Amino acid sequence: MNQPASAYFIEDRHDPNETHTLSVLVQNEPGVLARVIGLFSGRGYNIESLTVSETESQKHLSRITIVTTGTPMVIQQIKHQLDRMIPVYRVVDMTLTKRAIERELAMVKVRGIGEPRVEALRLADAFRARVIDATTESFVFEITGNTDKISQFIDLMRPLGLVEVARTGVAAIGRGSEGM
Amino acid sequence: MTDKSHDPNQMTGAAMIVRALIDHGVQHLFGYPGGAVLPIYDEIFQQSEVEHILVRHEQGAGHAAEGYARSTGKPGVVLVTSGPGATNMVTPLADALMDSIPLVCITGQVPTHLIGNDAFQECDTVGITRPCTKHNWLVRNVNDLAKVLHEAFYVATTGRPGPVVVDVPKDVQFATGTYHPPRKSDVHVSYAPRVKGDAMQIRKAVALLASAKRPVIYSGGGVVNSGPEASRLLRELVEVTGFPITSTLMGLGAYPASGPNWLGMLGMHGTYEANMTMHDCDVMLCVGARFDDRITGRTDAFSPNSKKIHIDIDPSSINKNIRVDVPIIGDCGDVLADILQVFKAEAKKPDIKSWWQEIAVWRARNSLAYKPNRDVIMPQYAIQRLFELTRGRDTYITTEVGQHQMWAAQFYGFEEPHRWMTSGGLGTMGYGLPAAIGVQVAHPDSLVIDIGGDASVQMTMQEMSTAVQYELPVKIFILNNQYMGMVRQWQQLLHGNRLSHSYSEALPDFVKLAEAYGGVGLQVSKPGDLDGAIKEMISVKKPVLFDCRVAALENCFPMIPSGKAHNEMILPAEASDPAAAFAGGKALV
Repeated sequence: MNQPASAYFIEDRHDPNETHTLSVLVQNEPGVLARVIGLFSGRGYNIESLTVSETESQKHLSRITIVTTGTPMVIQQIKHQLDRMIPVYRVVDMTLTKRAIERELAMVKVRGIGEPRVEALRLADAFRARVIDATTESFVFEITGNTDKISQFIDLMRPLGLVEVARTGVAAIGRGSEGM
Repeated sequence: MTDKSHDPNQMTGAAMIVRALIDHGVQHLFGYPGGAVLPIYDEIFQQSEVEHILVRHEQGAGHAAEGYARSTGKPGVVLVTSGPGATNMVTPLADALMDSIPLVCITGQVPTHLIGNDAFQECDTVGITRPCTKHNWLVRNVNDLAKVLHEAFYVATTGRPGPVVVDVPKDVQFATGTYHPPRKSDVHVSYAPRVKGDAMQIRKAVALLASAKRPVIYSGGGVVNSGPEASRLLRELVEVTGFPITSTLMGLGAYPASGPNWLGMLGMHGTYEANMTMHDCDVMLCVGARFDDRITGRTDAFSPNSKKIHIDIDPSSINKNIRVDVPIIGDCGDVLADILQVFKAEAKKPDIKSWWQEIAVWRARNSLAYKPNRDVIMPQYAIQRLFELTRGRDTYITTEVGQHQMWAAQFYGFEEPHRWMTSGGLGTMGYGLPAAIGVQVAHPDSLVIDIGGDASVQMTMQEMSTAVQYELPVKIFILNNQYMGMVRQWQQLLHGNRLSHSYSEALPDFVKLAEAYGGVGLQVSKPGDLDGAIKEMISVKKPVLFDCRVAALENCFPMIPSGKAHNEMILPAEASDPAAAFAGGKALV
């Protein structure tokens, strides 16, 4: 490898990237989301999806679900870096548990008349998407499912008059009776 | 309503801050006043338990507090105002985060109703300092202030130590609320650093150590941070195992430089024997170090055939740069004690005679050799003389950043921990002078020397005024080569000898400068005059600027060039190795 003139060793990393879903339980206090996001941007980690909401209001607990990609070493770093933040209670790698359910919600607006409109409605039915708004020339569908299913539905809507999409990002929870 | 006027815990936010400092045993506070901290300064004025040291620039306060903390093991405390006061603190905070130095920084903030209004001297202090602190807080309610202050001290000093910021709006300083002394419930339930190492992992580590044929101990700043007991245990472990030991820049002094098993510092400008031992070892025990890029060189060729044990209090240090075989999360002192106990009970000293013989061959190459000169002072010689003439004294050394820093690390022998204050991680030029002031405040009767460079020292030169005001007799020992030497060295090595802006033109007359500040200036340029001048510097009970004119074009060796492994060091031309001499001598000048 030809090393450019640098005070740093510049390394090519060839480890394959993996996608992991992390659930992070945090104290809901000012700045906590900024801390988490700042960690990702500051250290050059990826955020594919991020959802956050208070989940236990009496205890001021919020749950952040992050989908991220990186080499196995980077994923491990991300978890450790999150875990050492003062307001972070727990970090669970939902992907490693292999027992997690992931869901995302999307609202998909499609404009069209005639045959494409009928086709859109038929596909929506096949995907168990609900019509939550309609005009004579448009629909807004609500669809819930894993990321792949939603992406597939959006791809199908594209030639049928897709106008816009709003997605929530992934929420995840473990199967079975145990909590996080 | 009950009458609260006689409740001693009812007080203003400003009074709470001073009270909390006292409750945490703070004796010295480094700071600079301004509009948003005036109520706190008013409280400071009316008491005598906490002594305030007025600096000349907030960055100076931060580095002084770092020097204070590093030399005492206690947290350094800083008080600065909002806006520019806070932004000037960013460098010391980032520096302290990198080197795990406990700092508690209290910043003033504009009144809560003005936050977000672009008010005079407003900045988003918690936003700006979030990535350069271990944690930070904006206190919007005076009744939260006591809890936050106590938590701040706890977070700064426990686990992996680090800097914290408490941002206090001016109306909160004026408001009256209830104070309480420190208590356990002040701290986040989610913050519980692990101190004790896992027993299974410790057994695995001992088994590896006991079976080692080519072992090495690689220790770092974590041992110093853990306290004197950790250094004692490290020395005992070296004694019990007979293993060779090297250390990072931050860890110097944990094992004495005069110790028989000492290999010298490792890494980019470490000794040949330390780096070769690291490269060829079969078992590596890393204690409180973090496999930083200045240590490892090329990571894919780093110590390729060793099993690695890594003790660190911060789980995120594990497997960050180098994959290790036996990670142990815990405090260096606790884990070393457990390892020693198990080792003494179940293992015996491995026979590593042949390993020591190999090391002796590497040592014999004398990788720190330099060409003596009778006409000009060689910078290495200056450090050696400084070391010899301060030997046996109660001495603390701080440094700036650059060649002089590496020469200080290579040629000044540290016998005890907490005696060496340097900016390792962030590499902050201008660290050493204010750090020396902080050290001198903590140790008024000790000899405190900042080994500086002509470029670095000018970055915080204004703190000479602080030293004079508080009669702190710090010695600023400047290796003056009229260059930013390390920048120039890299330009010579990697950028075709085009010395772009690395020459120090228009240097001040350091002797006159010292006198202008009310200190003492000394200048020496002949090797024969050096000893006398150093002795004079030591005997002067005032701040001294010592302008030591050294060989201008000397470079710092040995060196691991970028993209190279530990066994591909460039040795100085003077080392006793013809091939290396060629590589080193011809590539440069």
